[in-house]
Amino acid sequence: MRHIISILIENEAGALSRVAGLFSARGYNIESLTVAPTEDPTLSRMTLVTRGNEEVIEQITKQLNKLIDIVKLIDLAETSHVERELMLVKVKTSSETRDEIKRLSDIFRGKIIDVTNNSYVIEMTGASDKLDAFVNALDESSIIETVRSGPTSMSRGENGLHL
Amino acid sequence: MELSGGQIVVQCLKEEGVEFLFGYPGGAVLHLYDAIFHQDDVKHILVRHEQAATHAADAYARATGKPGVVLVTSGPGATNAVTGIATAYMDSIPMVVISGQVPTAVIGSDAFQEVDMVGITRPCVKHNFLVKDVKDIAETMKKAFYVATTGRPGPVVVDIPKDITDPNIKVPYKYPKKVKIRSYSPATKGHPGQIKKAVDLLLNAHRPMIYSGGGVVLGEASAELIEMTRLLNFPITNTLMGLGAYPATDKQFVGMLGMHGTYEANLAMHESDIILAIGVRFDDRVTGKLAEFCPHAKIIHIDIDPASISKTVKVDIPIVGEVKLVLNQMLEAIKEHKKKPSKKLLAAWWDQINQWREAHCLEFDRTSSEIKPQAVVEELYKITKGEAYITSDVGQHQMFAAQFYHFDKPRRWINSGGLGTMGFGLPAAIGVKLAHPEAEVACITGEASIQMCIQELATALQYKTPVKIINLNNRYMGMVRQWQEFNYESRYSQSYMDTIPDFVALAEAYGHVGIRVEKPEDVRPALEKAFALKDRTVFIDFITDRTENVYPMIEAGKGHQEMTLRLAPGTPVDRELA
Ligand SMILES: Cc1ncc(C[n+]2csc(CCOP(=O)(O)OP(=O)(O)O)c2C)c(N)n1
Ligand SMILES: [Mg+2]
Repeated sequence: MRHIISILIENEAGALSRVAGLFSARGYNIESLTVAPTEDPTLSRMTLVTRGNEEVIEQITKQLNKLIDIVKLIDLAETSHVERELMLVKVKTSSETRDEIKRLSDIFRGKIIDVTNNSYVIEMTGASDKLDAFVNALDESSIIETVRSGPTSMSRGENGLHL
Repeated sequence: MELSGGQIVVQCLKEEGVEFLFGYPGGAVLHLYDAIFHQDDVKHILVRHEQAATHAADAYARATGKPGVVLVTSGPGATNAVTGIATAYMDSIPMVVISGQVPTAVIGSDAFQEVDMVGITRPCVKHNFLVKDVKDIAETMKKAFYVATTGRPGPVVVDIPKDITDPNIKVPYKYPKKVKIRSYSPATKGHPGQIKKAVDLLLNAHRPMIYSGGGVVLGEASAELIEMTRLLNFPITNTLMGLGAYPATDKQFVGMLGMHGTYEANLAMHESDIILAIGVRFDDRVTGKLAEFCPHAKIIHIDIDPASISKTVKVDIPIVGEVKLVLNQMLEAIKEHKKKPSKKLLAAWWDQINQWREAHCLEFDRTSSEIKPQAVVEELYKITKGEAYITSDVGQHQMFAAQFYHFDKPRRWINSGGLGTMGFGLPAAIGVKLAHPEAEVACITGEASIQMCIQELATALQYKTPVKIINLNNRYMGMVRQWQEFNYESRYSQSYMDTIPDFVALAEAYGHVGIRVEKPEDVRPALEKAFALKDRTVFIDFITDRTENVYPMIEAGKGHQEMTLRLAPGTPVDRELA
């Protein structure tokens, strides 16, 4: 099963590689990983998407908790949560396809943030499967490049992951 | 007080009460060595290879419970230390390793003797630090000792660039009294609800087993373990790492378990209905085939490290906490409980175990005209009255030591269990002898292992650490040969050396006493002579039966119930020797 693990970690050099190293050393997979400092600059927040059965996920959270730099973590799969990913897509355009692509982007609530004679850069946020659906809806040969942030996520309601 | 970085490091070591610093100098740590030169409180032990510094410090920690401390230079000094760091990590030994690093300004430029020590050691340390400011040294050192020694102990590396220890840069120094790390809070007491459940289960057991390990030694909980085992009258087995935590000569002790454990210990585990696992980690050398591990048992597992619980074997009642505290909680609950263990059921269980004991699974051929390695360990045990500290290397000799030296006290059996590091034994013996100068210290080794850190004979002379080296010389990497005999139709590929040094001459060249023993009747007199030479390191080269195997054995991939026992004495051996 897919799990989103949200981690508060000391904002220190090397902290990220401790997490990445743990996953490779123990053979766990990482589907995506995002990390950036929080409102408290001494802390970073990491969102890590992984897959595994219950035992594997239990070991992953225990092993992560054992890392000295990790302050707190939560497996969001266990709670109701919201999830957003950011994607930028660069597509080829021509006078014939421009309107069609714009319409498609609008349907997915995308924004065109760069335009040239023969390209668009479309910005889109949403759940990962919505972004997948948009990419699938585009003509494959029109895609020049895509970049995705990997999901970020937090629990619903008033509780949160903080010190 | 204003001090330079180098002086601060030394001052921190003094504050931590460090007696010995095991190390080896080099460019990146010269400022530090100059600071060491100006004081006598922390005694520096100059080894002959950095690996030995880590093993000696590690063994000092195993023998005392205090953290071992190491100092090495950058680059090759640091990489040489890695084997010893990993060894300590696998056995959860508290250790602080200070490594020099190239100056901060050139980090990342492939400077002379630069390696990314923090990166290299990350997977084999409990934590590591790179110090980037002289003002951070004191707090970092405090944290390093705190992390290394609390919770589940382990090695911590502090990597210090050369400019940080510059004698010309002085800063105010104050050693923090306390340190708190917000992201680190080791477990203490066990959960009362879990304790209650565990005690209920234990008191209703029909065929209980106590399976205890290195965690009891590390957690100083031997007294509690003994009290509990006696109170319940349950059989107890120890892991290789746990030997000595429960007295081996006690009637409730059924021996070590696992691959080369006793028949009775392994069968009792297999048949048990309730297992109390204390400070153990269900290592593959203990469990054998996981699918067949203790099929009838409910398992209670006490451990300080939540990640140890249900890692390989799913347990029924986990209790996370310091083993000493948890055992005290359990003892209290057992004493207050109305129910007592059933005398009748236990008597039947003990009858069964005593029947398994009749297999005499450790027996060996005592009539052989060759020296049997087991006999050497037995004599060593007798001559030292079971009181010696025994270090060992890795191989058959290690197993013979574990099987035939009956440890009655914790911290007497010093071996590399988790990593299985050949080369550990001799530097470890030096570390133990420094810690306990009055005690007898013997290193049980093999002719292959001893050559991996043989250079430390020089260290033993310099620091006058008279240890006895018991070389069980079978002219084979015996453990490798045994596996090749069993699994590769005796194709002894590279498991023997065509040239083995004259160990007697070698010992003498290093300034020690060497003795060669070739006949069974000379074993005891040689040991007596060696131990009579109180202030000399003695290397006794026992030429042992080269065909001997370690029994009993659970072959790889098999379960506890499938032990291979030794053939009856006298059964002809029809193996071709290489
Ligand atoms: C550093 C290292 N290299 C290789 C091994 C694999 N190994 C395990 S036991 C052994 C043979 C040890 O031979 P010896 O020291 O003579 O002991 P014996 O088994 O003969 O008693 C080897 C090579 C190891 N444990 N450690
Ligand atoms: Mg050998």
